[in-house]
Amino acid sequence: MQREEVLKSAASEAPPRVNEVKRFFKVFLGRPLVVFGLVIILVCVIMAIFAPQIAPYDPLKRNLSEALQQPSAKHILGTDSMGRDTLSRLIYGSRISLIVGVCVVLIAGGIGVTLGAIAGYFGGLAGTFIGRAMDALMTVPMLVLALTISALLGGGLKNIIIALGFSLIPGYTRLMTSQVLVAKETDYVLAARAMGASDLKIILRHVVPNCFSPILVMVTMMMGTTILAEAGLSFLGIGVPPPTPAWGSMVTDGREYLLTFPILSIAPGVAIMLVVFAFNMVGDGLRDALDPRLRGVL
Amino acid sequence: MTGYIIRRLMQAVIVFFLVLIGIFFAMRLLPGDPIMMVVSKQMASTATEADIEKLRHEYGLDKPLLVQFFNWLGGVFRGNFGVSITNGRDVLSDIMRRLPVTLHLGLLAMVISFFFGIILGTISAVRRGTWIDTVVTSLANIGITIPVFWLGIVLMYIFALKLGWLPVFGYTSPFTNFLENTRQIIMPVFCLSVTSVAVIARQARSSMLEVLHQDYIRTAWSKGLLERAVVMRHALKNGLIPVIVLAGLGLSGIIGGSVLIETVFNIPGMGRLAVTAMLNQDYPVVQGVVLFFAAMVLLTNLVVDLAYGWLDPRIKYQ
Repeated sequence: MQREEVLKSAASEAPPRVNEVKRFFKVFLGRPLVVFGLVIILVCVIMAIFAPQIAPYDPLKRNLSEALQQPSAKHILGTDSMGRDTLSRLIYGSRISLIVGVCVVLIAGGIGVTLGAIAGYFGGLAGTFIGRAMDALMTVPMLVLALTISALLGGGLKNIIIALGFSLIPGYTRLMTSQVLVAKETDYVLAARAMGASDLKIILRHVVPNCFSPILVMVTMMMGTTILAEAGLSFLGIGVPPPTPAWGSMVTDGREYLLTFPILSIAPGVAIMLVVFAFNMVGDGLRDALDPRLRGVL
Repeated sequence: MTGYIIRRLMQAVIVFFLVLIGIFFAMRLLPGDPIMMVVSKQMASTATEADIEKLRHEYGLDKPLLVQFFNWLGGVFRGNFGVSITNGRDVLSDIMRRLPVTLHLGLLAMVISFFFGIILGTISAVRRGTWIDTVVTSLANIGITIPVFWLGIVLMYIFALKLGWLPVFGYTSPFTNFLENTRQIIMPVFCLSVTSVAVIARQARSSMLEVLHQDYIRTAWSKGLLERAVVMRHALKNGLIPVIVLAGLGLSGIIGGSVLIETVFNIPGMGRLAVTAMLNQDYPVVQGVVLFFAAMVLLTNLVVDLAYGWLDPRIKYQ
């Protein structure tokens, strides 16, 4: 009787793997805000992909006879000073935000994780150098650094991606370094080394996969940060050149008509906020659901 | 402790040196002719090849890169940041004229952020699960999400254009007209603080939650202490250490925000200077501003780390 209870509790302490996946989804999807975030992201992705089909008008087509109209049944969010439909520009604007977000996360994540793995695993002179270089990069505020790089390279989609990608490297490197420092002291790495695995194999097969969760959380959060930063850059006029619609520059364009047509500035701002909020909520949810301390609970 | 201070100072010097190297080589090695550092685009398009060559020689841009670097470094340490290529003014004096404006707004925002961030975060941790916690957490989530430049525009629309309570934009020195200055900076300082209040409140909440579970807090409770004493005297002391570490990051965020907010409210500070210089590709000014920003963050981080070593005795022995 007693023995069975002990066995039972032992079993509940170490649940089988299937339960782990179930538990993840239970925690992750159990939060209304996470579901809300996922829906927003999904809507945004669909908007970006099917923009030509969804948008009621051509976002670039000028129609001065319909310039500066208040919201109506024909133009749900009204039109701007060149008679372009605000809703259509908003829908197309999601493309820039998402493209920049995804590309920047890939660049910064790729370089940052690699540098972090090198610094954490090998340490020594390379580790110190990488660490100090990241410290140096981090002393320049992210937005200022991105602004400087894009000023040097010139605007345009590609250069914005490079500028933001470069500016966001240190976050990944630091996270990865600290993760690897812990992972490389574990028994499974020792076992792999004892079996004669090369450093590269240990890093790729054993160390990196075990640092996956925090990196995934960071990637999600950084999508929000990147979209916010891109909007800031295009608000300042250093971004994707007009007439391509981007949410940040739409806020700038609307400023001139703030008193009479506030919706021109307000609508794109709400769009930025919703998408950034969505990525942050999903990131928060992922962090909690992937937290190893919660494993076996719930 | 002395060993720790020396190590940390050395580290700061090395990092500052790396920043200098980074700035110099970024300006020299990226696409474009470094002569653009001293002449504007229009000048370059009208000047003859010989004129350009003469200028190149005058500014030492025909010397080896390493020689150029040390010449530049010497100039920087003597306070010579060059002259602006758009208006010909001395970069350092331009920066010095605008620095007080940004410091005024930034330091106010910093104080407000820590004050409200810590209070809100602590209350929401102590009252975990109640409506106060829900309100604070939701506000914090919105705070880290909101595009500050957009918030500035919305506030401007409501409080300046619609209600007419505050001036639309501009900046008057507080020494000229204190009241006008206060009215002008309410919205910009609010916008600058929003994100960092949210970040600090989140950090304060999570670190206080951790501390409130510690044994010594249970001991404090079981001694029959009042809640105020438990929170203020026992929990806050340890709970705030991770929050103080955010000072460097907070300043960095506020500087980034000042670039946007000074543009929105047309405030003649460093942020506005940076944006104008970058739009005009006025490289000497860009270089000077970035260097100043980096030095400010570096100094804050140094002070924070030294304070950290003093506050948390465990650090010293590592």
